[in-house]
Amino acid sequence: MVITLNNRQEEFDGDSITVQEMLDAKRFTFRMRIVKVNGRFIRKEEYITQVIKDGDEVQMLYLMSGG
Amino acid sequence: MNFTDISNHLGRFTVGIAGAGGLGSNCALALARSGIGRLVIADFDVIDRSNLNRQFYFADQVGMKKTEALRMNLDRIGSNTRVDAFNIMLNPGNISTIFKDCQIIIEAFDRADMKEMLAETVLTLWPGRPLIMGSGMAGYGMSETLKVRDLGDNLYVCGDEQTEISDDLPPMAPRVGIVASMQANLAIELLMKME
Repeated sequence: MVITLNNRQEEFDGDSITVQEMLDAKRFTFRMRIVKVNGRFIRKEEYITQVIKDGDEVQMLYLMSGG
Repeated sequence: MNFTDISNHLGRFTVGIAGAGGLGSNCALALARSGIGRLVIADFDVIDRSNLNRQFYFADQVGMKKTEALRMNLDRIGSNTRVDAFNIMLNPGNISTIFKDCQIIIEAFDRADMKEMLAETVLTLWPGRPLIMGSGMAGYGMSETLKVRDLGDNLYVCGDEQTEISDDLPPMAPRVGIVASMQANLAIELLMKME
C-alpha cells in the first residue's frame, strides 16, 4: 500500500498498518511528536489502534527543544 | 491596503502566546508593532542573565517575572495593543480558560515536552483553530533551512524541524528571532483573511 507521509509517497507491506507499526517500520524513535492521519490528531494512546490504509495522508511533526 | 487599514483590521483580534522566552517575547513585539488588538501571554519564568542573548528583555530586568517585564516593554512601544499577561505554568486545565477567546494560538515554549503538551491540548480542545508551532532553530547560519510548513487544518510549524539545542548548538538571537517573526508574520497573514 502507498500512503502520503509529510507530502511524500511511502510504500508499506500489506493492506493496513497501525500508527505504531508505521513508526516502528520507519524507525522513528524520537519521542516528542504530533501525528495526524487524514487531518485528525492522533493521541499517543491511539497509536496502537489507529489504522492507516492505502491512500491515507499522514502528517508528522517532531518537536525540538529550543525557543 | 495601507498600514493604518491593516492595523485597524488586526486591532479586532486576540492572539494567544504560550511562553514569553525567545520566541514569545519577540513574536509579541512584532505583533504589538503591527497593531494586534489583544495579546494573551502566559509564562511562569523569571528573567535570567542568560536569556538576554535572544529574548526581548534588558539587563536591569534580570530577576523580574517575564510576563511583567514583557508587558512593560510592549507598553513602551506605544501601540494600542492590550496585553493580558498571566504568570502561570500552562497545563491542559488552564489552557482551556486562558486561551479560550484567542483566534490564533502561538506555541512559544523552549522545552519539547511543553510544546507537545500544548499541541495535544489545543488540537483536542479546538480542532481547526489556527495553531502556530516553532520547532528547530538552534545555532547560527543556515537561514535557508528555516521555513513554514502547513500540516493541514490550520496547524503550522515554523523552523527547520531538525536542530535541537545543546551545548554546541545554543539558541541565539538571529535564528530564534527569525522563527519568532515567521510565527508573527503567519499570524498576521491568517488574521487578514478573517472577518
